[in-house]
Amino acid sequence: MNLYALMFYATAVLIIASTVLAVTRRQAVHSVVFLVVSFLGSAMLFYLLGSPFLAALQVIIYAGAVMVLFLFVIMMLKAEQGEEKGFAKRFWAPGVLAGFLFFAAACVAVFSDPSGTVPLKLNAVTPKEFGRFIFERYWLAVELISLLLFLGLVAGIHLGRDKGRGEEDPE
Amino acid sequence: MIVPYGHVLVLAGIIFCLGLTCVVARRNLIMVLIGVEIMLNGAAVAFMGSGLLWQRLEGQAFVLFILGIAATEVSVGLALILHAYRRSGSVDPDTYSVLKG
Repeated sequence: MNLYALMFYATAVLIIASTVLAVTRRQAVHSVVFLVVSFLGSAMLFYLLGSPFLAALQVIIYAGAVMVLFLFVIMMLKAEQGEEKGFAKRFWAPGVLAGFLFFAAACVAVFSDPSGTVPLKLNAVTPKEFGRFIFERYWLAVELISLLLFLGLVAGIHLGRDKGRGEEDPE
Repeated sequence: MIVPYGHVLVLAGIIFCLGLTCVVARRNLIMVLIGVEIMLNGAAVAFMGSGLLWQRLEGQAFVLFILGIAATEVSVGLALILHAYRRSGSVDPDTYSVLKG
């Protein structure tokens, strides 16, 4: 086991542990903070898997912008009583059983395939190569993504307007 | 050189399943949206590993698109949650029962 493999497994343990903590917290703010750790871990994983550019984007967009947006909305909602009704108890056992069966079947499928045990080769891609590739082959998809982001902006502004509330119940 | 491809896929699967658990088991719309984010992150990890296995750049290109889609989805989703909260005063999806017959 070389250094890269060691770093991969350490990062994987970090990601899984922080994601489990994020999923099980009662307070949404705590879970967002654990999720930032998880996304920083996957940024490190992207770096390890050969893309420093996507690692930087993961830190900036996911761990930075998206999580701050979550924190803002949690603060605006002010509905944190911590009395969230859990999942009904009688569904836990079948759910966990089905999850483990699915996981076992997926592991068998992955490792019985010959490509599942091929060790990955290290390969780092510079942002320049990546940008050339994206804008030569996938320029249409990039334009569509930018259109989608614009639509997200419009939808956010439209839904976020306080229209109609003043007429129904003025506070 | 580094780890087998299967280990990356298993890691991606575990992340995805954790997100799915969060979506199904939590009764808070914010946590449901966080679960969707975790699932998208798991898919991105799988794409990264596949791109490295076949030594192609398509995997990384799709990770970039997943990032864009996740950002849009979060902004629209949070706007919808705020809208629903203003209407009903709750973020528990079980209380949205206006259409119930």
